Amino acid sequence: MSNVLKSLLVGTALTCASTAQAVELEVTHWWTSGGEAAAVSKFADAWNATGNTWLDGAIAGSGGTARPIIISRILGGDPMAATQLNHGRQAEELIEAGLLLDLTDVADAGGWRDIVNPTALLDSCTLDGKIYCVPVNIHSAQWIWLSHAAYENAGLDVPTDWHEFVASADELQAAGTLPLAMGQQGWQQSIAFGAITIAVAGLDAWKGVNVSKDASVARGPEYTAVFEAVVAARELARGSNVQDWNLATNMVITGQAGAQIMGDWAQGEFAVAEQVEGVDYSCLPGLGLNAVLDTGGDAFYFPVNDDPEITAAQKELAALLISPEVQVSFNLAKGSLPVRGDIDMSSANGCMQKGLGILADGGVLPSSDITFSADTQTQIEDLMAQFWSGDMSAANAQASYADLIESAD
Amino acid sequence: MTVISDPPSKSAKRPNRLFRNIMAKIASIPMVVTALVVFVGCTAWTITYSFTGSRMLPKTKWVGLDQYDRLWDTDRWIISIKNLAIYGACSMILTLFLGFCLAACLDRKIRFESAFRTIFLYPFALSFVVTGLVWQWILNPDFGLQSVVRNWGWESFTFNPLNDPDTVMYGLLIAGLWQGTGLIMCIMLAGLRGIDDDIWKAAKVDGIGTIKTYVVVVIPMMRPVFITSLVLIAAGIIKLYDLVVAQTGGGPGLSSEVPAKYVIEYMFRAQNLGQGFAASTMMLCSVVVILIPWAYLEFGGRKRG
Repeated sequence: MSNVLKSLLVGTALTCASTAQAVELEVTHWWTSGGEAAAVSKFADAWNATGNTWLDGAIAGSGGTARPIIISRILGGDPMAATQLNHGRQAEELIEAGLLLDLTDVADAGGWRDIVNPTALLDSCTLDGKIYCVPVNIHSAQWIWLSHAAYENAGLDVPTDWHEFVASADELQAAGTLPLAMGQQGWQQSIAFGAITIAVAGLDAWKGVNVSKDASVARGPEYTAVFEAVVAARELARGSNVQDWNLATNMVITGQAGAQIMGDWAQGEFAVAEQVEGVDYSCLPGLGLNAVLDTGGDAFYFPVNDDPEITAAQKELAALLISPEVQVSFNLAKGSLPVRGDIDMSSANGCMQKGLGILADGGVLPSSDITFSADTQTQIEDLMAQFWSGDMSAANAQASYADLIESAD
Repeated sequence: MTVISDPPSKSAKRPNRLFRNIMAKIASIPMVVTALVVFVGCTAWTITYSFTGSRMLPKTKWVGLDQYDRLWDTDRWIISIKNLAIYGACSMILTLFLGFCLAACLDRKIRFESAFRTIFLYPFALSFVVTGLVWQWILNPDFGLQSVVRNWGWESFTFNPLNDPDTVMYGLLIAGLWQGTGLIMCIMLAGLRGIDDDIWKAAKVDGIGTIKTYVVVVIPMMRPVFITSLVLIAAGIIKLYDLVVAQTGGGPGLSSEVPAKYVIEYMFRAQNLGQGFAASTMMLCSVVVILIPWAYLEFGGRKRG
């Protein structure tokens, strides 16, 4: 490893001798599906265009696989130049241990305080008044994606909210279509649970549990209704044997399944398959009932480096990632919302326009990455994995969930 | 010169013993230090920090037995333990049984013995990750074994162990056996070759049947070989992790979770080192509980005998 590093450094030194300030930065991320890879290449192209070199460190698997690798590399003294993480509390302890670069001067120079919308995004990058990450996009999880082909095949109209979808499920099944595609992984089931909660229980109950961590709300009647709705939904997803989210999305694209509850990153898969919103598929934010979105997303963190040249390049890259042109091209490819409200996104399609509208109206919630620690989230995901794929009763699941909320941090 | 009087001879002998084979002892120092620091030291460190509330980074914030309370209160951990018990019992018995049967068959002086030996041993050359992926595809109902048999015309054939919470551990077991039996077979075969031909002749003279000779005479003689196999299989069972990750990812739901996976995920994905350390300490305890009585019987008994 150190040999590779040395040869890289030598290589960098050689290029330095010829061009003025070409620096090679290794950037790790877990954007590996078709749509995601297309999006990250926009960053790489923009960075390479400045005369520097983007060394792509894609880590296959979802964040759950990639994050431990990234964190152990930072802790183990072999830091990359920049890395994707979800903003929120994932990097909290790394910041406290002084392992991440303070970007406050870049942020002040770029006026991030004024341009980042919603400002909560920047707050989640901030610890003790200093900014440690660049938010690059906003992802929201509360979407349902509907396949027009599946509904045409069954001779039905495409539903406009969750209740209509549930009502249409029997006829879909009769037409040989799986109503709900669901990747059998805890985080996906957790997302579906969260989306159904906002749709069924409403915002106040959601905030009571997710923000105030009030276990009595989680034991209350609103949440009983949620768990019963999930029991109904898991019957609709029986027979969905895929694991990865993009395979589940593919079932919707090909019309094998009627719908999928998944974050707006699913949009990228539809785009890669050259499907058109409103013709081939529909999207309903907040499952068509409560049109609010959470503001999770991706951010880039820059581990502290001894080499002043690399540190300067890191800051340059940080400023580039949030610059208007890069924001537009990246977010159009990824299907996510930009982190700044002052750019022209008119070329975005219908789903993104819906999302932008909700953002502009201020219908935003903090994401679970921001409200819960990774530990609590893992426990909730474990419970959801057990609940969705087994035959756990709604009452038992609710009791376990309330216990988790009680000890959550 | 030490022969002259007794007291100096004793004091001279002691350092003598210490410095005997001095070069060999110096040469083994790195290994001894490694064993002490890496195995004993890190184990002690892990156990110590399992009593702390460490999250992403180890911190000495003592919480007593809280991590263990939470561990034994967690469904996922209980499921993991049960799964490992099912997998362990089946894997232990079946690997020994199949390994011995295969070895005995090869030992009957069949044709193409070396070809068969290579075929049976070949899966062992593959990593668990490859094994897991291959068997995930073979057991996939849409393009694996089930669809092949259905295409042959047997439309009602259903074989889908990996997507049913009740059978998923057996789906893992098939892959584990496929991978591990070959090695045990080779060890057993070596053991069988170590049995003197005269034993077989004597059994024949006494009119004992072939199978009975195996069970009554040969197997007891192969005790050391069985012990070796047992240790190898047991070590494989306890550290079962990569096969699960590659083949099922712990699913459906939590139905194929195993303890090692719990440790890894709580240490790194949940960023809760304390909880992961508590779980790994429990794994160590279970190994120790099995190992100590066995070591006592195996080594303590021999000294007395």
